Amino acid sequence: MSTTAVPQSGADTAVEAWDGFVTGPWCDGIDVRDFIQRNYTPYTGDSAFLAGPTERTTGIWAKLSAMFPEERAKGVYDIDNHTPSTIVSHDAGYIDQANELIVGLQTDAPLKRAMFPNGGWRMVEKSLETYGYDVDPEVAKTFTTYRKTHNDGVFDVYPPNVRAARSSHIITGLPDAYGRGRIIGDYRRVALYGVDALIEAKRVERHELDMEPSVEDIIRDREENAEQIRALQELKRMAATYGYDISKPATTAREAVQWLYFAFLGAVKEQNGAAMSLGRTSTFLDVFIQRDLASGAITEEFAQELIDDFVIKLRIVRFLRTTEYDNLFSGDPTWVTESIGGIGEDGRSLVSKTSFRFLQTLYNVGPAPEPNLTVLWSNRLPEGFKKYCAQVSIDTSAIQYESDDLIRTSWGDDAAIACCVSPMRVGKQMQFFGARVNIAKALLYAINGGRDEVSGKQVAPVSAPVEGDVLDYEDVAAKYDKLLDWLAETYVDALNCVHYMHDKYAYERLEMALHDRTILRTMACGIAGLSVVADSLSAIKYAKVTPVRDEDGLVTDYVIEGDFPTYGNDDDRADDIAVGITKAFMEKIRRRKTYRDSLHTQSVLTITSNVVYGKATGNTPDGRRAGEPFAPGANPMNGRDSHGMLASAMSVAKLPYSEAMDGISLTSTVVPSGLGRTKDEQVTNLVGLMDAYNVSSGYHLNVNVLNRDTLEDAMEHPENYPQLTIRVSGYAVNFVRLTREQQLDVLSRTFHGGL
Amino acid sequence: MTSTVEHEAPACGVPSPTGAVLAEGAPVIELGIPVTGGSHQRSTAGTAGLAVSDAERSEKFAQMRAGELGSLHSWELVTAVDGPGTRLTTFLAGCPLRCLYCHNPDTMEMRRGEPVLAEELLRRIGRYQAVFEVTGGGLTISGGEPLMQPAFVARVLRGAKELGVHTAIDTSGYLGAHCSDAMLDDLDLVLLDVKSGIPETYKKTTGRDLQPTLDFGRRVAASGTEIWVRFVLVPGLTDAPENVDAVADYVASLSTVSRVEVLPFHQMGRDKWQSLGMAYELEDTEPPSPDLVARVRGQFRDRGLTVF
Repeated sequence: MSTTAVPQSGADTAVEAWDGFVTGPWCDGIDVRDFIQRNYTPYTGDSAFLAGPTERTTGIWAKLSAMFPEERAKGVYDIDNHTPSTIVSHDAGYIDQANELIVGLQTDAPLKRAMFPNGGWRMVEKSLETYGYDVDPEVAKTFTTYRKTHNDGVFDVYPPNVRAARSSHIITGLPDAYGRGRIIGDYRRVALYGVDALIEAKRVERHELDMEPSVEDIIRDREENAEQIRALQELKRMAATYGYDISKPATTAREAVQWLYFAFLGAVKEQNGAAMSLGRTSTFLDVFIQRDLASGAITEEFAQELIDDFVIKLRIVRFLRTTEYDNLFSGDPTWVTESIGGIGEDGRSLVSKTSFRFLQTLYNVGPAPEPNLTVLWSNRLPEGFKKYCAQVSIDTSAIQYESDDLIRTSWGDDAAIACCVSPMRVGKQMQFFGARVNIAKALLYAINGGRDEVSGKQVAPVSAPVEGDVLDYEDVAAKYDKLLDWLAETYVDALNCVHYMHDKYAYERLEMALHDRTILRTMACGIAGLSVVADSLSAIKYAKVTPVRDEDGLVTDYVIEGDFPTYGNDDDRADDIAVGITKAFMEKIRRRKTYRDSLHTQSVLTITSNVVYGKATGNTPDGRRAGEPFAPGANPMNGRDSHGMLASAMSVAKLPYSEAMDGISLTSTVVPSGLGRTKDEQVTNLVGLMDAYNVSSGYHLNVNVLNRDTLEDAMEHPENYPQLTIRVSGYAVNFVRLTREQQLDVLSRTFHGGL
Repeated sequence: MTSTVEHEAPACGVPSPTGAVLAEGAPVIELGIPVTGGSHQRSTAGTAGLAVSDAERSEKFAQMRAGELGSLHSWELVTAVDGPGTRLTTFLAGCPLRCLYCHNPDTMEMRRGEPVLAEELLRRIGRYQAVFEVTGGGLTISGGEPLMQPAFVARVLRGAKELGVHTAIDTSGYLGAHCSDAMLDDLDLVLLDVKSGIPETYKKTTGRDLQPTLDFGRRVAASGTEIWVRFVLVPGLTDAPENVDAVADYVASLSTVSRVEVLPFHQMGRDKWQSLGMAYELEDTEPPSPDLVARVRGQFRDRGLTVF
């Protein structure tokens, strides 16, 4: 049950702000979903009503576009190297004050990045050095002498086996030196209720907590509650620097967008989270826009301008990060993910005109990777919206799709995606982001008795390595199972340390203030290298695989004789292996006790780190050479899926969502002509494909519609493609901002000429 | 384990992705008309996922005669080629023609296929029923030449129709006499490859006579079954204006033709000829120029046909 909103102090204002809205339980307690359900207008038409960009919008975007080349060349446009970021650390900043409809920047100037030392001081120091900025000795002293960071805390408590697994790259990307992110504040609450009512509600929660005995959990909850209230008060102060009083509910569409954006802005001023997702805001905002349109207060053009201006702000969220971080998560992503569409629990479509307006920004201000526009797809969505999505995908490649049916049945119809594929109920659920383990490397450990195939070091506990000339499937499978037991134990151990310290030293005060008191926490584990493992085990099972040992007896290579089925061809022989591994590892994770009793989940997602994982992994029994990239996410290995894009997707769709509730990622690239003869046919066929994947229980689909020539030309002449956007595992990037290695990886991936 | 990179359409004829930049700097990806399409460019996939029969030789022959067993080269799930929607295209092994430009010479001989039971194939068709439904797709039997195995094809078509699946065959029509009226009743679409319009050119291109194809097309049209015509444009072989005129005249006479696809020749099949140790006569043939493709499409279009 949600907490109680007590908007008494401004009761009259609230009533006025809510004029024309259908009342219901949302008036008596914080319940944004109830507000949406009672007030939104489903839209079943096509895109003909949409407005193009105004001169004002184009002008603001042009100002920013002029700054991007310098940012791309230097890596950053500017850094404030003196003032660590907080909600209220910086003065108001503008792009073009006279023309901005929606205001607010992270610092006092666009693209100027701030420091977030709570995650770890070394990351900040390193970033400053990389980009040639001085380290302010006062700030350095503060965060090395007086103020302990999250990173310090974690390394105080890591046990040796976690350190070993971490440094040998079998457990990777842990958020132990940066913000964990993947928490979505319900930013809509600020627009609907105003900050004062939210503070009142938090005070009521505090009274509840005060009635409990002061045991450790309750003490922590009380401290968090106090911090949440403080953060909400700071949020009001921040808005005041821009001349706005957000203590009361928004009264107009413009205010609704502005209030909501301020809430989000407060979050990205306080936290440098790996993913700072927005939630599910379009149909919520549509209620306010619809009211103003109906009263004649605004026009369609103005409604679109509001969304365009809002989206421009979301596009320039920036964090100060190191180059190592960029190698892992390339293209400077922020994952400002906005979830659009879906079907409600009552069967009505949640698509509104503002769902279209968000997608329209990709035309009005050109394609861009952020915000990470994510359509919750169901084959029951209105035809007009489906076609518009397909058209936008063909034109811009900037949308990703997730199965609304799988998400709704698990998490309800007010869930949103955090980061790439992680669904959560907005304001009622958060996750402890767990990055991922390299299960392909784990297979090599199993073969080598726990030794690392690259360094030869004993990382996992000593076990019997494989013996003899030919690998035996039953033997390798049994050894692998044991090794995965160790890996799951070590992994959850690491995550428990990480999230204990993150809560302690880098708590997301504002984001959590925009949650209920009682929330579901998930421990979001992840696996990388699934297709390598599936094909390797298939080779061992169906072909003859002979290990090659070095002088120390370490298996470093494999000779494969004969054919074997590969994952990605809708061939159950190989696909069942992938399914089996996914289930088995999830089961092992579930056996471990988690911090704050969080619910165990996992994802099959690599983001762009499939390149880095591949680099750290030796030769594998499927014939993949040492250092070669893994396939991204749950994708089949490059070029081994030879029965068409949909057959490949069908293999991925077999991975059961119940065993990977944090999401299963699939990225597909197709040349435009591969979709059909005419634009109409291309749109119809892409809609059909997404429906087909959807009814086959596919979870996530990134669609790139690109010519190989375009990408090659963009590598040669990046200056001509400042906005070329492509989808990689779970998010979109500016192609020209990828490292050359990652660009080549994208190029080498299967292009499905015919889908 | 073959790469599908070769499926990619060759650059010729595709408006070059110039990276033309909009005012806002957005790259414009031109949506080119596909210059390749159809089964001619694929069939590298194999029979993965389908159980292969391990019956004895004598038993196999009996099963093949009864149409229970077919020789299958490969299958794929494809979109935007081989008929409407997303389709399961199955490539049967064996073809009576020896087209000089064949992209899939590995499907010419029936012995290169894998023995697969009709019921096994029908199981796979059933598996994709939901896909066919939402995409408006169905089954396409290609090859090789499907009508080399008429009993098998008849059985599969009947089974597919019993499931309510849209059906098509991709055929040269040379063995049209093998297509019974019952089979025609079970077909929703015929992809008819008219490889040339002048008998001598047809013979030079395929090694066979043109007449059976002409007869079959007329029969299909008379039955009211929809036809998509395909014509492979090979410079120096099939591109003579009078040859194209002859094809176009014939096609225009078929009342049920709903589209014509002019498929520009490409060299993606070259390696296959070499690896099969077969002599390849088009070693030095270049893909047709965009102008030539436009001219030929124009010849069809002049007769009121819908041409891609």
